[in-house]
Parts: sequence; structure tokens; C-alpha cells
Amino acid sequence: MYSVRQWSVRHARGLNSFYRYFEAVLVRFDRVFEWIGYERLERPVAFVERNVKGFLFDCQMCGQCALSSTGMSCPMNCPKTLRNGPCGGVRANGHCEVKPEMKCVWVEAFRGSRRIDGGIDAMSQVQVAVDQRLKGRSSWLRVVREKTAKPEAAATAAKPSGGAGR
Amino acid sequence: MKSVDEPVPGQPLPILPGHSSPGRLERILRAGSFAVTTELAPPDSADPEEVYARARVFDGYADAINATDGSGANCHMSSVAVCALLTRIGYAPVMQISCRDKNRIAIQGDILGGAAMGVCNMLCLTGDGVQAGDHPQAKPVFDLDCVSLLTIARTLRDESHFQSGRKVTSPPHVFLGAAENPSALPHDWRARRLAKKVAAGAQFIQTQYCYDLSLLRSFMRHVEDLGLVGRVFILAGVGPLRSAKTADWMRRNVPGMHIPDALIDRLAGAKDPAREGRDICVEQIQAIRGIPGISGVHVMAYRQEETVAEIIDRSGVLAGRVPWYPGRDRDPPGPRPHGAA
Repeated sequence: MYSVRQWSVRHARGLNSFYRYFEAVLVRFDRVFEWIGYERLERPVAFVERNVKGFLFDCQMCGQCALSSTGMSCPMNCPKTLRNGPCGGVRANGHCEVKPEMKCVWVEAFRGSRRIDGGIDAMSQVQVAVDQRLKGRSSWLRVVREKTAKPEAAATAAKPSGGAGR
Repeated sequence: MKSVDEPVPGQPLPILPGHSSPGRLERILRAGSFAVTTELAPPDSADPEEVYARARVFDGYADAINATDGSGANCHMSSVAVCALLTRIGYAPVMQISCRDKNRIAIQGDILGGAAMGVCNMLCLTGDGVQAGDHPQAKPVFDLDCVSLLTIARTLRDESHFQSGRKVTSPPHVFLGAAENPSALPHDWRARRLAKKVAAGAQFIQTQYCYDLSLLRSFMRHVEDLGLVGRVFILAGVGPLRSAKTADWMRRNVPGMHIPDALIDRLAGAKDPAREGRDICVEQIQAIRGIPGISGVHVMAYRQEETVAEIIDRSGVLAGRVPWYPGRDRDPPGPRPHGAA
């Protein structure tokens, strides 16, 4: 929802801190996840993630979350799905070239990033092209697998971006 | 007299040490000359002669000619084809690549194909949204964005492999460019975005129209603060405005266009607004030349391409230099092709 999405950008700092804590907890559960099986967890976790992040950010489930690098403004809501900052078409009132009724996702991202410590530096990192295979999959599980660095998981999870909700 | 930089169609020039391409634009910029590039609107036609005719109006005044890639999301002859035609007779085109219409498979193919046809400069763009053009019902692709496109193009050139990791036997020797819009929001972010493009592989930048020079100046100060001067060649975008009415229409309808009221008032008060528009353009080019860190201008004169020669001539930025064009060194010495109008 658009108004919730804007609330999230206003509270980027708190949400980012919360996510860091949440991610640290998830990483500690790696053994448990492994015991249950990551592939078996994929659907239920993705279901929860889709609903929580869908509510807060209008998340599009790209599967390679970059919210911490985009001031909690989901770049996949940009009509051009830009991952590296605003295009040159931003209107004089800060609204989107394609959807004039919507604020530019990246103008919002810049606003949110300024609220997060190190947010501007994070937004300045080059994000590689989206891996379309990950669409619909859980970004949370992927981050845990990457952080606990199991070679076979890293191989299957491709290796897109340094974004992944970090 | 045959000059050292005269191209033989089909035969690339040698790549100088420290250069990425055999192209003349890179040579001019690295030699420290103030460069002039311009833009050719690809025809709605399958006739190559129309492309040549559109290029010819810039003879003697442009170091490179951009071939737009479906600019404004309108359908025209493809930029790859326009560039391939231009290189046949020795012109130095800048192939624009937009992320709107093609995915990474098609784009990487075009980069190889363009380079094989002798294209030495490629400009990586995001592209206008499809809603802006004549086919709003089309599917917008945007598989890449301009920064990830730059990353992929640079990898293809410097590491000789596709994004997939598969090797190419001969990499494309291209000079990579990107665009930037110093006038668009958020102003404080624009120079950082430029830094991102440089980090991803941009070697030259052609900006959107910079009618508000104070915005351009503050952008350039920010660019300098980020330590980018000397790491990228920046060509500022300029162009003649035809009248107050068109200027006003442009700023309301063309994405990312910012024209200060003062300019519109000046056009509105002029007896011959078109002439006034060219005067403003000449003055702005001269002012831009004095801004530290700027290496050239990119003149965009859509539907008034014939004015580019006069504008560049009057601005004096070429300082007597005559950029190569087919036949330059065969022509008898005398007045330049589009001598001061």
C-alpha cells in the first residue's frame, strides 16, 4: 500500500536496525534450517516474506532484496526496475516520469538512505543486474545461506548483488 | 593531403597505448581538445541515403555523432544499423544502447555486432519509459539498468566474457559512455550517481540539456569533490530552443527537462526567437567551456540539426580544428562546408 510504503521510508532507520537484528537471529537458526531442509522451507518462508514485505514496502519478491541499500524504498516499484539510482526523467516535483501520481522511488530511497547510518554509502555501491531466476524466492533464506557460506548453496543461489537486505 | 587520422572504411585505426578503442572521439578527448558531439535522429525509413544525408549536415563540426536508440520511446531505424552505415563511410558514431527494448542477451549481441562493424563508442542508457512514445502498448523490458549495462559491457571488453561467464574470442574495443542529468532531482545525488557509473565503467559522460548553468556548476563542484575530474570526460548537453512556446512545452512534456524562466522570458521578448535561441546556445557553450572539469559539449538540435554547424562555428570552441569527415582531405582548401552563417 502506497501510504504504508511511505511510512516505511520515513522509518527507514528503525526498520533497518530491526532487520539487522532479525537477520542475525535467522543466521543462528542456520543449523535448524538445514536440518529441516532449505528447499522445504522455501515456500512457507517466501509466503511470510511476501506478506510482511508486501505490506511494508510493496515488495515485488525479486528474491535479492536491496532494501538496506535503498533507504527502505523498494527499487522494484520503479517502473523501469532500476537498481542503481534514479533515471534522468524525475519530474521537477520529485515524481515519477512514468507514473506522475507516484513519488520517484529513488527520490524516496535517497530520503530514506539519509536516515540510515552509512545509508548513502550503501546506496553508492554498484548493484549488479537482477537474476530473474530468483523471482518469488525468499531473500531471507538466501542471505542466511550466503552468510553461512556453504559452497554448494552459494553455487545454486547464483550470486547477485551485494544488496540482499544488507 | 591525407591526414593521420583519416579512416579507411572497414579498417580500424591502431589503438593507442592507454586507449580502450581505436576511435577518434577517445583520441580527441585524451589529447585534451574540447570535443563536440552531436545527435542524429534515425530516420523512419529503410533508405541508407537518408542516414548519410542526416550525418552530412554535421561535416566538419562534430567529433562524433550519436545514433539514438528509439529516443523518446519512438520507433525509428535501429541505432546499430545507423552506426553500421555511418562506419562504412568513416564517420565516428556513438551507438546509444537503451535498456528499454532489449534484454541482456540481445544487448551483448549488439555490443559485439556494433564493434565488429567498426563502432568505437557506446553510450549506455536506461531509456525513456514506453509511455512517452508512439507505442505505449509495448512491453518495457528493463532487464538491465544503465549501471548494470556498463558493468556487463566493461566485462565483455576487459575480461572477454559474457555475463554468463562464457568466453568471447575477440573482445569489443569500445569507449564506454553514459548519460547524466545534472538538472534532475535529487540534485545532491546526481554526482554520486555519476561516480557509480564511473565505477561501473563509464569513461565519458554526455549530459542531458543543461539550460540552468548554475545547476551544472554546482553539479561539477560536487563531481570535483568526489575526485572524479580526470577520471571521466564530461560533455555537457546543449541545444537551441526555437521559441518560448516550444521551450515551455518541452519543460512540461519532455522527461527530465529543466529550463529556467529567465530563458523563456528572453525568448518571448525576442524579435526572432529562433535566432535568439541559437544565440543563447552559443553563449552557453562558451560559458560551459570555462567550467573546470568539462571536456566538451554534446549538441542536441532535434529537427533543427542544420543549425549545429552555425552554432559550433560561432562559439569558436573548435579553435580552428576541423573534425574529420568523409572527403575532408580531398576538398580544396577554402570556406568550410557550413562556414559562418
